[in-house]
Amino acid sequence: MKVTVKLFASLRKDRFAVDDFDYQEGATVGHILASLHISEKEAAIIFINARHGGVDSFLKEGDLVAIFPPVGGG
Amino acid sequence: MESLKECLLARAENGLIPLSIQTWAVQNFGITFPAVEEAILDLNLLPARYQRNQRSLSCGQQLSLFRGKVAVIGCGGLGGYIIEELARLGVGHITIVDPDTYEEHNLNRQLFSKLDNLGQPKVAVAAGRVKEINPAVTIVPVQKAFTGKNGKGLIGKVDVVADALDSIPGRLELAIVCEKYDIPLVHGSVGGWYGQVATQFPGEYTLQKIYSRCSGEGGIEKDLGNLSFVVPIIASMEVAEIVKILLGEGSTLRGKMLSLNLLDTEFTEITF
Repeated sequence: MKVTVKLFASLRKDRFAVDDFDYQEGATVGHILASLHISEKEAAIIFINARHGGVDSFLKEGDLVAIFPPVGGG
Repeated sequence: MESLKECLLARAENGLIPLSIQTWAVQNFGITFPAVEEAILDLNLLPARYQRNQRSLSCGQQLSLFRGKVAVIGCGGLGGYIIEELARLGVGHITIVDPDTYEEHNLNRQLFSKLDNLGQPKVAVAAGRVKEINPAVTIVPVQKAFTGKNGKGLIGKVDVVADALDSIPGRLELAIVCEKYDIPLVHGSVGGWYGQVATQFPGEYTLQKIYSRCSGEGGIEKDLGNLSFVVPIIASMEVAEIVKILLGEGSTLRGKMLSLNLLDTEFTEITF
């Protein structure tokens, strides 16, 4: 199934801003992170189709997954 | 003898009271600068220092800002700019909280840091700066770390809290205290070319959602540091949120987070 992945801030470095990927049925956000070598702690905010999601959220055809890193400086 | 109000009304020029008259009234009537400021605004007059605010903020709104109480938690990069902007706006009560002293590595972005105040407490330097800018502002410097234990005493009586901390666990602790005492919290954070802003009202738990997957660790700033031009943008957006909350005007980032990517010039809003 086709899933669009959008990366934000420093997660783009050496990766991409937005791209489409094919994942197997039953795949989760965790599979995206693993395939892109993004550790779970680097994926602070996960949105699926503009709704708050998590690492264990299941994906479906056509999903848009947005991933933001933690920003904590002042 | 003329009353304070009579004096002010007689000396207003196009609805403005010049600084010289405000200072004269302090000495002549033996009252504080903030007391004169309030008397001016109560008469629907404006201290002349705010004349460039006039077309965007009415005298009534300027009075609301004067009566506003804001706590700025953290007095580093974000906190310095937030304090400066609140003081210039004429927000009447500002509590500033930070345990640290200025260090050399603050010089790249922290507004009040300079060569001759390295080693000095940040809150003391900031309080001195505010007094130089606007004597109508009552500033309360607290050289302590914000904690769940001292939180009530530090922010219990304010209208809005500004998050200008530099750690995620600290922010989550601040969010809990704001929730407990029913205080709106304006969040900002920075790292490298990136920053984010959010506004949380009691019951919304926005910060807990933003950082739900972060434990005791830092964010991207641990690797990327902080850049001089990112900090004031995020600080200014926090101040805009604070002003809207104090005035009950406009649309805030309530329940949302705005993510700024200044490297790719992208602003992205997400709704929790």
